[in-house]
Amino acid sequence: MAVESPRVTSIVVEAGEYPDLVRQYRVSGVPKTVVNGSVEILGSRPEEDFVRAAVGALPAVAP
Amino acid sequence: MAILSTADTARVREMLGAMVDPVRLVFFTQTLNCETCEPTGRILKELAELSDLITVEEHNLLLERDEAAKLGIDRVPAIAVLGAQDYGIRFLGIPSGYEFMSLLDAVLTVSKADSGLGEASRALLAGLPSPLELQVFVTPT
Repeated sequence: MAVESPRVTSIVVEAGEYPDLVRQYRVSGVPKTVVNGSVEILGSRPEEDFVRAAVGALPAVAP
Repeated sequence: MAILSTADTARVREMLGAMVDPVRLVFFTQTLNCETCEPTGRILKELAELSDLITVEEHNLLLERDEAAKLGIDRVPAIAVLGAQDYGIRFLGIPSGYEFMSLLDAVLTVSKADSGLGEASRALLAGLPSPLELQVFVTPT
């Protein structure tokens, strides 16, 4: 997704090494994706579902 | 001691044959209070040995804060996967076990400058109205 769009950044976080981030984002299982620090996508999903969920986390109109 | 087995080495080398653009793995490390930094450096070095198109650039987070800030990195170990441009792909923590495959996949995707996504996904990502940051929490096993 990050390669597809210049607006997307993707950070893979090894949960075991960053207990502070795990606490901050209440990670209780993996994979878990946090979109823009708030919206959560749990588990792994088919590609298109995942993209839809991630893009759906954005406000409809740019601020 | 090598981290990758001989069989893995051969397989990874073969996969990396599909690379197109050179890839820089910009690695941030520190010497104290980072158990996984040294093994992460070794994994990256082994990976870079398998393709002429991969280079590893090591930086000390504490001594090179500016470089780290430019890439949005404030932790160790951290890796920025850069190709013809910076696509915004980062890895925090050691890329071992299953995460090694994720790193390999990122290297290949960046090198090909092609997401490999389906048409529907590409359409959804075209013209995003604002930045989208994905933090993907994983475990190596």
